[in-house]
Amino acid sequence: MTLYDVFQAIEKTPLGAALRESLWLFPAIEAVHLLALAIFGGALLILDLRLLGLGLNTFTTSSIERSARPWQIGSVVTLVVTGVLLGVSEAVKLYDKYAFWVKMTALLAALLFTFLVRNRFAVRDPKDGLAMKAVAIASLAVWFTVAAAGRWIGYS
Amino acid sequence: MDSVEKFVTWLGDTASSVALHESLYMYPIIESIHVIAITLFVGTIAMVDLRLLGLSFRDVPVSTMTSRVLPWTVAGFVVMIVTGLLLFYAIPVRTFHSVWFRTKMIFLLVAFINIWFFHRYVRRDQPKWDTRAMPPLGSRISAVVSLTVWLMVIVMGRFIAYNWFDCDRPQTHFVAWYAGCPAPIYADEIIQ
Repeated sequence: MTLYDVFQAIEKTPLGAALRESLWLFPAIEAVHLLALAIFGGALLILDLRLLGLGLNTFTTSSIERSARPWQIGSVVTLVVTGVLLGVSEAVKLYDKYAFWVKMTALLAALLFTFLVRNRFAVRDPKDGLAMKAVAIASLAVWFTVAAAGRWIGYS
Repeated sequence: MDSVEKFVTWLGDTASSVALHESLYMYPIIESIHVIAITLFVGTIAMVDLRLLGLSFRDVPVSTMTSRVLPWTVAGFVVMIVTGLLLFYAIPVRTFHSVWFRTKMIFLLVAFINIWFFHRYVRRDQPKWDTRAMPPLGSRISAVVSLTVWLMVIVMGRFIAYNWFDCDRPQTHFVAWYAGCPAPIYADEIIQ
């Protein structure tokens, strides 16, 4: 069984069929995906801007991380759930798209970096300005790649 | 509406509008920038709104939040407007007659009225509650309106891409009227 077979099987599931047959379901899920993207963008930027010295500079990075955390986790879970639903409905089409694989690779890197490196770094209230800027730029760059590749799935 | 109709028709016939519409990369790139700018624009607004609702950043004074975060919102807004105008310029006639686009413009108007209302009335006694974890009811209402309206602007914007209510398809009388279809096809007048 190849990976292509897996994608074909996913698309053939009742869930995939239901999503394809409905006129409104796919656009509605897509809308929720976008709403979560906006919230996620805010929760991400608020800490990255602080790390860059361009945001809430009078507050510690640990306090900003703590305030943003529930919104970041909530929105990222919503993004993944709605994203999976969108993907299930057209799995075979996605398999052939270069932009999809770029997005998935960047997404894996972005999730690991954000939750294992960036947020843990912010919690320790770092003082090294260069390291803080490097972490923020890496975070913005990797998430920008996810969003741009995601939009490009629709064109390729 | 007739003169606006003429204007969008003329706009859509200009050489650069056609070129932008038919371009392989320019249109998708502008649309991608428009979408990604949402994270900057609505994302930063949402963080300020969550603060006004007392749901997050409770230890940050509202004035600090607005002075440090809103400049990014404004930057995002400029990018949204410029790319948004270009997207309209590329497909003016269909967009002008889109029920989603028209509803989006109504929500935009409500968003601006809310901003005006917030600055004119809600912020008047801000020094009294600036550092309070839970701002007063007025600012919380303004924040809920802001969040709802901007999120609806995103949804309406996304739905412009769907052709369910386009003028070249059979529509109900209400949709045809709301979309201002120049030559409406009424669903109930089609003989099977």
